[in-house]
Amino acid sequence: MTVPKEMPEKWARAGAPHSWSRKKPSWGTEEERRARANDREYNEKFQYASNCIKTSKYNILTFLPVNLFEQFQEVANTYFLFLLILQLIPQISSLSWFTTIVPLVLVLTITAVKDATDDYFRHKSDNQVNNRQSQVLINGVLQQEQWMNVCVGDIIKLENNQFVAADLLLLSSSEPHGLCYIETAELDGETNMKVRQAIPVTSELGDISKLAKFDGEVICEPPNNKLDKFSGTLYWKENKFPLSNQNMLLRGCVLRNTEWCFGLVIFAGPDTKLMQNSGRTKFKRTSIDRLMNTLVLWIFGFLVCMGVILAIGNAIWEHEVGTRFQVYLPWDEAVDSAFFSGFLSFWSYIIILNTVVPISLYVSVEVIRLGHSYFINWDKKMFCMKKRTPAEARTTTLNEELGQVEYIFSDKTGTLTQNIMVFNKCSIHGRSYGDVFDVLGHKAELGERPEPIDFSFNPLADKKFLFWDPTLLEAVKMGDRHTHEFFRLLSLCHTVMSEEKNEGELYYKAQSPDEGALVTAARNFGFVFRSRTPKTITVHELGTAITYQLLAILDFNNIRKRMSVIVRNPEGKIRLYCKGADTILLERLHHSTQELLNTTTDHLNEYAGEGLRTLVLAYKDLDEEYYEEWAERRLQASLAQDSREDRLASVYEEVESDMVLLGATAIEDKLQQGVPETIALLTLANIKIWVLTGDKQETAVNIGYSCKMLTDDMTEVFIVTGHTVLEVREELRKAREKMMDSSRTVGNGFTYQEKLSSKLASVLEAVAGEYALVINGHSLAHALEADMELEFLETACACKAVICCRVTPLQKAQVVELVKKYKKAVTLAIGDGANDVSMIKTAHIGVGISGQEGIQAVLASDYSFSQFKFLQRLLLVHGRWSYLRMCKFLCYFFYKNFAFTMVHFWFGFFCGFSAQTVYDQYFITLYNIVYTSLPVLAMGVFDQDVPEQRSMEYPKLYEPGQLNLLFNKREFFICIAQGIYTSVLMFFIPYGVFAEATRDDGTQLADYQSFAVTVATSLVIVVSVQIGLDTGYWTAINHFFIWGSLAVYFAILFAMHSNGLFDMFPNQFRFVGNAQNTLAQPTVWLTIVLTTVVCIMPVVAFRFLRLHLKPDLSDTVRYTQLVRKKQKAQHRCMRRVGRTGSRRSGYAFSHQEGFGELIMSGKNMRVSSLALSSFTTRSSSSWIESLRRKKSDSASSPSGGADKPLKG
Amino acid sequence: MTWSATARGAHQPDNTAFTQQRLPAWQPLLSASIALPLFFCAGLAFIGLGLGLYYSSNGIKELEYDYTGDLGTSNCSVCAAAGQGRSPPPRCSCAWYFSLPELFQGPVYLYYELTNFYQNYRRYGVSRDDEQLSGLPSALRHPANECAPYQLSAAGLPIAPCGAIANSLFNDSFSLWHQRRAGGPYVEVPLDRTGIAWWTDYHVKFRNPPLVNGSLALAFQGTAPPPNWHRPVYDLSTDPNNTGFINQDFVVWMRTAALPTFRKLYARIRQGNYSTGLPRGAYRVNITYNYPVRAFGGHKLIIFSSISWMGGKNPFLGIAYLVVGSLCILMGFVMLVVYIRYQDQNDEDEDEE
Repeated sequence: MTVPKEMPEKWARAGAPHSWSRKKPSWGTEEERRARANDREYNEKFQYASNCIKTSKYNILTFLPVNLFEQFQEVANTYFLFLLILQLIPQISSLSWFTTIVPLVLVLTITAVKDATDDYFRHKSDNQVNNRQSQVLINGVLQQEQWMNVCVGDIIKLENNQFVAADLLLLSSSEPHGLCYIETAELDGETNMKVRQAIPVTSELGDISKLAKFDGEVICEPPNNKLDKFSGTLYWKENKFPLSNQNMLLRGCVLRNTEWCFGLVIFAGPDTKLMQNSGRTKFKRTSIDRLMNTLVLWIFGFLVCMGVILAIGNAIWEHEVGTRFQVYLPWDEAVDSAFFSGFLSFWSYIIILNTVVPISLYVSVEVIRLGHSYFINWDKKMFCMKKRTPAEARTTTLNEELGQVEYIFSDKTGTLTQNIMVFNKCSIHGRSYGDVFDVLGHKAELGERPEPIDFSFNPLADKKFLFWDPTLLEAVKMGDRHTHEFFRLLSLCHTVMSEEKNEGELYYKAQSPDEGALVTAARNFGFVFRSRTPKTITVHELGTAITYQLLAILDFNNIRKRMSVIVRNPEGKIRLYCKGADTILLERLHHSTQELLNTTTDHLNEYAGEGLRTLVLAYKDLDEEYYEEWAERRLQASLAQDSREDRLASVYEEVESDMVLLGATAIEDKLQQGVPETIALLTLANIKIWVLTGDKQETAVNIGYSCKMLTDDMTEVFIVTGHTVLEVREELRKAREKMMDSSRTVGNGFTYQEKLSSKLASVLEAVAGEYALVINGHSLAHALEADMELEFLETACACKAVICCRVTPLQKAQVVELVKKYKKAVTLAIGDGANDVSMIKTAHIGVGISGQEGIQAVLASDYSFSQFKFLQRLLLVHGRWSYLRMCKFLCYFFYKNFAFTMVHFWFGFFCGFSAQTVYDQYFITLYNIVYTSLPVLAMGVFDQDVPEQRSMEYPKLYEPGQLNLLFNKREFFICIAQGIYTSVLMFFIPYGVFAEATRDDGTQLADYQSFAVTVATSLVIVVSVQIGLDTGYWTAINHFFIWGSLAVYFAILFAMHSNGLFDMFPNQFRFVGNAQNTLAQPTVWLTIVLTTVVCIMPVVAFRFLRLHLKPDLSDTVRYTQLVRKKQKAQHRCMRRVGRTGSRRSGYAFSHQEGFGELIMSGKNMRVSSLALSSFTTRSSSSWIESLRRKKSDSASSPSGGADKPLKG
Repeated sequence: MTWSATARGAHQPDNTAFTQQRLPAWQPLLSASIALPLFFCAGLAFIGLGLGLYYSSNGIKELEYDYTGDLGTSNCSVCAAAGQGRSPPPRCSCAWYFSLPELFQGPVYLYYELTNFYQNYRRYGVSRDDEQLSGLPSALRHPANECAPYQLSAAGLPIAPCGAIANSLFNDSFSLWHQRRAGGPYVEVPLDRTGIAWWTDYHVKFRNPPLVNGSLALAFQGTAPPPNWHRPVYDLSTDPNNTGFINQDFVVWMRTAALPTFRKLYARIRQGNYSTGLPRGAYRVNITYNYPVRAFGGHKLIIFSSISWMGGKNPFLGIAYLVVGSLCILMGFVMLVVYIRYQDQNDEDEDEE
């Protein structure tokens, strides 16, 4: 009944374009939102947006006007419209109207077709989304409704794995306490699950009859785009209940692990936070675009100058000659003076000379970029077989910029690393396991590993777990006490959740992959963590189920860098198991284990040298009384009103002392395939790589070493960890001084000046030796302040590698912005997570790693692919080619149009500056769109200077792009000069020949039409030869287009000059018979040949001399390739070399508090299924209350916001 | 924003040479083995052609006479002075005497040349109606607007042929007389005035309107001649194939020139005794001087010229070919030197590598 009422409003909205964007109710800006449950009539008063979304711009009726309006907002299009209007004035019109309108219509049509296709897909996706079904409670009955018919105030039911249809207030759910779990990947890209809870009063509204009677009213903030904030109040039964973001389910989330839930629609359709957030991404332009715009402006200036010169010429001519020539050619009635005639001729010349900036330039550029984008999409070598994901150019306008990248900002987790942790080695009671030996007992290298050991004895083993050292399994089977204790610790001391779908099919949901790896290792070696309840942990130890009583979890945090559990085993003994970072834990060991400690330390150093992340394990027996007393103190501490955290920490500290060392684990943070090779190659291509990660310093440095960003050959790695401005400044200064010192000793002889100047910058750029800089998040915050950013930038840019750890998403963007601001360099940001979005959007080019669970980064990116290693191909092959092609294209394009247009200028001096064209008007119309467009497009799309494998072998080939060598103002002037040179010859050679010549039958040769045909033909031939010279890679398509263009030129020429067309339209086709008469003359062909040779030979000579006197690298590469075709490719050896030296211990946890509290509270576990808890939280978010509390705590600390948990 | 994520599980891209940018291609490199022969061959070819052109151009005889009649230059100055400031100028004739010491090798062509005459001025060039000239009766009555101010006569009649070009038709005429013996009578040399226009112009582009009652004059009834003309267009000649729009003089004039100095063919001399050329002796050209050019500083010339395979006298082309050919050879030598010197160096460099 209410649905039809709503329809007109919806359609009214759909009619207006952009209606979805920030549309407010018509009576003004919404100040607060009121929604009453189950009362559509009441809610309709406010005219809230319906849940129908509309991202499309046009419909069938509005397409033409709206699209045309948009297109004419482009300056170029308006300019051509202006020209068109000028041409309609008969006194000015020097060309027929169609010379402009044909290209203009063509350009507009191409753009319109593209827009229409885009919009069609948006319509399709809108329809698909709008027609999704959801269950709405109407008049006490659940009814199936389409999403678009859901409106504010409705109560809807969601089921597991369904998308949330609108922004809902969670009322109740199938889970206890009104809990529900959601995945927010679509919203913010975070793949972990989050918990939402209904407020207690509504959580009891479980069934439909109760819900139908619910008539609470929500008053809340107006729609906004803050994803993590919500404030409102629920008025129900004369009570007020505060609402927060914890009670909200936002559109775009997916319900997980919750059978059903009910929600009250608060914001619908365009008002939802998802839609409010989906603003258009900032339009990025390439540097070539900007250069092109400048050049086009210059050309306009040039055009005006030419117009003025010719107009003055006209005024003088009319004054000197024209007045007297009036016997034969009276002035127009409107023209009363030479001056006015000059004025008119100015506009006439603007019309005929406008082809210096051809309308087809912008379209051609777009076409070429589109072609390059398709090549990226089609590239098989950038297709990830595993994830079935192709590379995708999501933006088609940035391709050539890929060939100019100087700085790469990379995320770590998920980008450089796979975020997969592998249990690799361990040291148990002074003995190291995990090294792989071959038959002779030598350490085996990678790739020659024997078969991994067989875990089939253990039915609960994880099949995917691989381990090669059989001695460890033997030790377990032999019943080695320490080994058992070691794995027992791993199976007990963690916060992993288990899920057993079928008997024996265990799934672990770990908060961090490190933990998962450790627990899985224990599982395979026979210590299977099976299930847990708030008070117990059940472990299958070598086949027997043993249930430990869980007394306490001493959870992880950033300061403690360790976690412990206190358990009571079936025998009743209480034991504390602890694992943590070596630096922390080794201090807390019992002194009796000194010798063991030394061996273990040696092992730790060895592991760290191999780039592994290590953890130290220890245990401690507690006696009953001590524990009782300790537990009491802990309780007291946890109940304390003030400084509870500190007090708890000291209580924990107390019990975690005098522990007995068990051993250490080493986990490999698996790099993505080919990362070190890619980084090495990109470095050779002179691209600087900065890693910006949310991870902590140790992990980041570790990865830096394992992916060869940092090497031991480096002169020094500076680490900046200062907490205050002064410290940071000091550290940066020291780093610079060191670099200066060494370069001074090398012999540069510069005296260092404290003042930051351009000289300093240049000195630092020339620093000898390789340095790296590692900077921490809190130091970075200071370094990015306005007065220090330059200092930081200079220091960082002098280093070969820069690693920023613990950075927030905002800081990532700031760093990119900083480089963008001061270095005139192209930046590229690559990342996979929501935390990279800001940096991806800020950088000139954003690359998203696709195939991951979150797609936020991909959605914000310009290019996406699934492996970091594809970056080398994207930049060195596609980017390089795109840049090369675009530059060649632009050079040629400007050249050909100047050659074409400037002929009119010279002719002006011989035709009384009357704006007479040299060519037939059809030639002018077709020159740019038919005769010369396809060959240059083919070159722009297909050209290659060196084969793709060469650009990988010689990364230096990438440099011209970075230095902007192939198309810059200088190159532009060279092209223009060449064009003008050609135009001079193009006019004056025929002029010289024609002046007094006659045909071979004695009739006049130098008639206007023959002259036009001769000049036009030589022009087409010259520019075709020139494109032939420019084309470095003649595919069949190039041949087809170049020869085809010439053929088409002659075909059209003869057709236009044919009798048939003349008979039909004598006034339009005046050149009848001209082609055959003119082109039959040997003199004409001699002229054409002469013109061609004179135009082309200097170019050939110049190129030949440059090739031999000053060859650039790509010439050399091609040359050597030609000379020695069978030259063996240089293979680069990229062996993993173990690093010895400083130990890099990494505590293998994420930086958030674990699940300890959640587990111990038991709140998340069903009463019915406590024994075998089957829930699947992968979440890292903490329990609601504690989260709230901690938020308020962290808000008070200075960088609390900045240290927000990051994914890496 | 849409919910469709990036195409996951998409098909693997096709493995074709096109999509993988591995199309077979010819990759020319500007190596010495191509560039040097190119320059030398082109240079030699150009020098050869240039010599040929130069000599054939030199073999062409030209004889020209400026009869504009600037004060005291010739006996045409009387006519020029008489026509000064009068429109239409009075009929006047003058003559040019010349003698040939030897045979002027034929066939000989007679041209007139105008200088400083802007047939290529834009407004002049468009001031015509090709529909009218192609014989369309409707266009005959309704000339195109481009013809203004020569579209309609003062009496409001449509002008045929309309426009500035037709109005300014060159109307001097020449006749050539030959005195075989000194003191003997002058014999008129027959001038072939047919076939001086392009075949396509004469047969396709220009057509008379359909005859009315077999009369061309009736076809043009209701039109006015251009103001400068003394005779209506159907009266240009008595020959029905040479009158009206297809009058050869008119057709030649209507093919406007590209440059302000131009020559147009007036007649060929190829009949009777004169088919091999003009024999030696004294000649007289009778000129009817009608066409005023001095007002805008133009000149009128009369030219006798012979012709070769490449057309009339054209010294520019031959010289240009010679110059360009020599430059090519010179450039070739420079490139050769550079190639030899730097080739050695490159080899050494590569050896060092």
